[in-house]
Amino acid sequence: MTAAAVTVCRQEVEDFLYAEAALLDSWRLDDWLLMFDEDAKYEMPCNDAPDGDPATDLMLIDDDYTRLAARVARLNSRRAHREYPHSRTNHQVFNVRVDSLGDDVSVTASFTVWRFRAGRSSCYVGRYRYRLRKRDGGLLIVCKRAELDMTDLRDVGDVAVIL
Amino acid sequence: MPLVIDDPVAQRFRVHRSAMTSPDIHRAEIDHIFAKSWLYVGHESEIPEPGDFVRRPVGGRPVFMVRGVKTGQVNVFHNTCTHRGALVCRQDAGNSKVFQCFYHAWTFDSEGQLKGVPNREAYGGGLNFGELGLRRVARVESYRGFVFASYDRDIVDLPTYLAGAKDYIDLVVDGCGGSVEIVRGTNQYSFGANWKLLVENSVDGYHAESTHDTYFKYLVSIGTDLRGGVSGRALDLGNGHAVIEYSSPWGRPVAKWEPLFGEEARVEIDRMRADLVARHGEHRAHTMAEVNRNLLIYPNLIINDIMAVTVRTFYPPAPDAVDVTAWALAPVDELPTLRQRRLDSFLTFLGPGGFATPDDVEALESCQQGFAGGGVEWNDISRGMGRTSMANDEEQMRAFWRRWQHQMGAVADLAGAR
Repeated sequence: MTAAAVTVCRQEVEDFLYAEAALLDSWRLDDWLLMFDEDAKYEMPCNDAPDGDPATDLMLIDDDYTRLAARVARLNSRRAHREYPHSRTNHQVFNVRVDSLGDDVSVTASFTVWRFRAGRSSCYVGRYRYRLRKRDGGLLIVCKRAELDMTDLRDVGDVAVIL
Repeated sequence: MPLVIDDPVAQRFRVHRSAMTSPDIHRAEIDHIFAKSWLYVGHESEIPEPGDFVRRPVGGRPVFMVRGVKTGQVNVFHNTCTHRGALVCRQDAGNSKVFQCFYHAWTFDSEGQLKGVPNREAYGGGLNFGELGLRRVARVESYRGFVFASYDRDIVDLPTYLAGAKDYIDLVVDGCGGSVEIVRGTNQYSFGANWKLLVENSVDGYHAESTHDTYFKYLVSIGTDLRGGVSGRALDLGNGHAVIEYSSPWGRPVAKWEPLFGEEARVEIDRMRADLVARHGEHRAHTMAEVNRNLLIYPNLIINDIMAVTVRTFYPPAPDAVDVTAWALAPVDELPTLRQRRLDSFLTFLGPGGFATPDDVEALESCQQGFAGGGVEWNDISRGMGRTSMANDEEQMRAFWRRWQHQMGAVADLAGAR
């Protein structure tokens, strides 16, 4: 970090990520969506191509803001059968590293997301890559990318929950 | 009594639920079906260069597919050292001139020839290198780039086996300009249901509106007109293969515009459609551009040419479990903007993070859980019997089940299935 570029400290970023995790775990998805800027993206590459580029590679998820909002609407409805009733989740974030990226902030963090539903437990492990933007004294997500460390989805079945 | 009861007079078709739950039936399927069919291995585009390889289980057995450096041919080998068994290919994909077993360093080339054995003078009688090459899977053939293998040396040739499904592979490939490739990135997921439920689901037009309500709501939210609905027909293609072909509200990268693609895409999609007409005539171009195809190639390959093209294969490690592997298929040399649009379209519906696939998984696990309760012994798959089958009927599933019962023979009998 260069002194001139420091606009945000790690504690502020961690507080932001913990707040995000709490919203996801309590299924307050409309509030969660407010943490995203309106040109934001949410991406998840395939397990066998963690460096996947949505322009050229098949992804698991490549949401622009419109589709992210649709994902939230879907999960809020009673018709997203895989998630009705909802799983219990526990989003755990750690190994947070913060760097400046022009006017934005680049964040990498490790995650473990536990998911429990109908007697079954699943665990997602991987790395978040965020691009955050300072706005009105707070932070907004410009891009959230979740790269999975598991070699496949055999043990978890799907990614119907938001990681 | 057979597990599949086909009664055309009463227009009743039933499948006994033990076909989905019985460990005996599952074991018999491995011998009677997975060891006796042509099974999808992969696509030639995955290994374009000499020495390129992919490894994966096929019919539950570890194999790898490699393009021979000398011949340029696609080889499919049992992934086991001829010495004492260890895997000789231990990466999922890559390029190599040689495959060395790390256990005792026996080394094979990309054509399977045994090339090196450390301290070979220790073998008093000498080693017959010719006999100790990698073992090829009994039969390997490909059609339009789709590589199939069979563990049955006596199986009919692939074109005969594919029967009417060939024409539909042609439609998919020719609709993509004649040359297709697998896109980088693989969906590998599993769930707790019998594999034949995924066969049914992959070609089931009936469930779309009810199960995938949130997907259609998403389409409406971006301006898609649902009024045309989903309508079309189901066809038995012979040998257990079947297809449903139908019109739909969603767009197709080649070549049916929808709001998801953006206004700027209209001109390009119109041009692609005009190209298809010029090359194939209006009728076939219409079939390629506007008509969706959910194609089942018996027993475990699905090629769904819908809002994108997915290739999906699966295998049952147990009666109540299925391992799925799926890819996106696309035209070779597709323009970057078109490729991006295609992949975007894929993700609206398909895959473990899509708006539809997770709900299919939930439905199939739910069925499997329902079977466990007993009380109801038979599934009803009679929909559309006695009329020309529609895409939301169940004739395509009956085609599969008739072939399944035929291949299983006396094993698939109520008396034995517990």
